[in-house]
Amino acid sequence: MTSALTLNHYLIVSGLLFALGIAGVIIRRNALVIYMALEMNLNAANLALIAFSKFNRIIDGQILVFFIIAIAAAEVAVGLAIIVALYRRKQSISVDELTTMRL
Amino acid sequence: MNIHDALFWFFSIAMLACGLLVIANRNPVTSAMFLVLLFVFMAGLFLLLEAIFIAAIQVLVYAGAVMVLFLFVIMLLDIKASERRKFKILGVVGGIAVGLAFVWELVIILSQPIEPLAGGGAELHGGLEEVVKPFFAHYMLPFEVTALLLLVAMVGVVLLSKKELK
Repeated sequence: MTSALTLNHYLIVSGLLFALGIAGVIIRRNALVIYMALEMNLNAANLALIAFSKFNRIIDGQILVFFIIAIAAAEVAVGLAIIVALYRRKQSISVDELTTMRL
Repeated sequence: MNIHDALFWFFSIAMLACGLLVIANRNPVTSAMFLVLLFVFMAGLFLLLEAIFIAAIQVLVYAGAVMVLFLFVIMLLDIKASERRKFKILGVVGGIAVGLAFVWELVIILSQPIEPLAGGGAELHGGLEEVVKPFFAHYMLPFEVTALLLLVAMVGVVLLSKKELK
């Protein structure tokens, strides 16, 4: 079965998703949704890595994606804990109101 | 157009639509649900790229663990009141401008096809053995450090979640 898909098809999808993620980080004011947009960015990078791994026939791309997923899970846990701590202090998670460094 | 290509277009378009809905939705719970869908469609794309193990991990870790965490926090915070606010016009214009600039760059770079490298081994199949073997050889140290990082993150989360931060 021959497929007409090239590396560029996957890279374009990955890039469009990354652009959506960036736009989401800038547009949204809710810290949680900003976090979700960041997860979209990480996934876009994962797609590009796996596409390169497949078309170059080098396994290292998939291994890098494995590490990214493991670290993203840790990052989400810590980030959400920080958001919860912020909400306890300020009763808000809108980034417009979180303008000082000290809690 | 064969079935492989049809699936690629279906997964890609559905995934980008979900991405748009994640950032366009007012309600964070709805955003989170569309994010779950996005992760599942992304796993479908991984399967098309014959990364079977990574696709399974994607569904288990992202669509499972990470999104449960997100939903827990959304329900813990009870942010109905703060979400009714309107978007700032400057933020919306700036966000769309940055996104479009990125897409423009993409068009410039990807207008000519990128040739795969000449090197590389045999055809990959993304099975468990193929992906996991390097963890016991070349990637031993990063793998162990990742385990340590997960432990540190867990301790950090427990500390941050205490009632009084000191």
